[in-house]
Amino acid sequence: MATIEEVQPAIDIVSVRKQFPILERLVKGKPLVYLDNAATTQKPQSVIDALTSYYSGYNANIHRGIHTLAEEATAAFEATRDAVQQFINAATREEIIFTRGTTEGINLVAATWGRQNVGKGDEVIISGMEHHSNIVPWQILCEEKGAILKVIPVNEAGELQMDVFHSLLNSKTKIVAIVHASNALGTINPIKEIVAAAHNAGAVVLVDGAQSTVHMDIDVQNLDCDFFALSAHKLYGPTGVGVLYGKKHILESMPPYMGGGEMIKEVTFEKTTYNDLPYKYEAGTPNIADVIAFKAAMDFMESIGKENIARHEQVLLNYATEELQKINGLKIIGQSKHKTGVISFVIDNIHPQDIGILLDNQGIAVRTGHHCTQPLMSRFCIPGTTRASFAVYSTIDEVNALVAGLHKVVKMLS
Amino acid sequence: MGKVNTIQDTENEIVEEFGLFDSWDDKYEYIIDLGKRLPPLDDKYKVDENKVRGCQSTVWLHADYKDGYIYFSADSDAVIVKGLISMLIRVLTNHTPDEILNAKLEFIDRIGMTKHLAQTRSNGLLSMVKQMKNFALAYKLKMESNGN
Repeated sequence: MATIEEVQPAIDIVSVRKQFPILERLVKGKPLVYLDNAATTQKPQSVIDALTSYYSGYNANIHRGIHTLAEEATAAFEATRDAVQQFINAATREEIIFTRGTTEGINLVAATWGRQNVGKGDEVIISGMEHHSNIVPWQILCEEKGAILKVIPVNEAGELQMDVFHSLLNSKTKIVAIVHASNALGTINPIKEIVAAAHNAGAVVLVDGAQSTVHMDIDVQNLDCDFFALSAHKLYGPTGVGVLYGKKHILESMPPYMGGGEMIKEVTFEKTTYNDLPYKYEAGTPNIADVIAFKAAMDFMESIGKENIARHEQVLLNYATEELQKINGLKIIGQSKHKTGVISFVIDNIHPQDIGILLDNQGIAVRTGHHCTQPLMSRFCIPGTTRASFAVYSTIDEVNALVAGLHKVVKMLS
Repeated sequence: MGKVNTIQDTENEIVEEFGLFDSWDDKYEYIIDLGKRLPPLDDKYKVDENKVRGCQSTVWLHADYKDGYIYFSADSDAVIVKGLISMLIRVLTNHTPDEILNAKLEFIDRIGMTKHLAQTRSNGLLSMVKQMKNFALAYKLKMESNGN
């Protein structure tokens, strides 16, 4: 078991926590213990400052204006694109498309690449641990095209049954859309193996990176995935911003998604020619302020170091796993050896909602319910779980508070 | 039949009872206790059309109508929600459809429940109230059409 001493060298937790003003607040008269980071992370002061300095210093619409403010805003907006390119190691900046979030990224691919390439009788593969946002867009596509949705089953430990995956692949498989790290279980999936096998079968791969990007170093070229979608708000950035990465030659071959300003080269009533990448997929005025502030979030992560963050979260995960298992009747759902800082559990004869309400009364924020993964909950025959999820600012003390809180909950309910 | 107590009387009683507790821990223990003591709902009423939408847990609500009065029974797989329903039933059961439809149910606010429960869960509580009022409205309309 890792000790507290082993946590300290990885990051200076006191100085990290000082950067997050919200962590000082009280909830129900008690210090906030925020363990709902897989839903959204809190924001460091630098991200908040980036938002206010944009609105108070250089608010302007981008790409079109000739004046100073427009140039400053455009430069800051495009600087985030460069930062994302480096952050996930994309080959070119044109491969970085700003979206509203992971959900929009997935829908974009389903509606463009999907409509163009998936036909009657073709097959789309997803997995049994997908978030609804990586299920429903493909169901809509398959229904429209008469294609077939195939699902990689999940084993008792909460891992993909890879042997079944390999047997599902065939010449009809057009795309594999797969979650990198499960939001409900924390399981990290073997993306490289999935991509290699899918490519062998002639299929492309979309990776839902909503939960993975904050916990590990993402290298899209190394993964060799064709699409990768992520959300800024899950990695200390603002809400309403996401990124869709796509390989350049694939993005170029795809039809546009939304029509409007910015995405065009020339418009006549007879014919419109579309803009080059990435602007072809960025119709309308984008979320300028939040995109600009997203760079501050990535800078924050880089300043701590992605490896240090991952190490810190693993220590917390291991400690929490050991301590929670000591609680009578508690069962951890998702016992893979490869997990992000997410721990999902059920307690015998206690509904997750009761746990959530009573923990909230102690100032402890966790997520309860089905986590937008109803098929996965059915797989484990449970209505939902209680989920604690860690971030760079989470502490051993907070894990202890959770454990003490749960003991109290069990006592109150039994 | 009908109760001697008005809906308002029962609401006041509950507010008074909650005034005795110093902390929310105590209030929750009381609600949990109410939940555990709620009489079980017959399995035949645990059907989809009796499910209350908008709740994170599963809630079934059933209403009987007899001689002008409505009688509620309910169940849930979560005990705090059961305690909350138990309070709603205590206030609204054994009253006429009109009385139920006109009930303001200010006790929920007055005991601090709307403010204390997170919005999503508070919505679940409001969904239960809405469903109880829907039952009352349905019986009222049914009686009026029978009367004509």
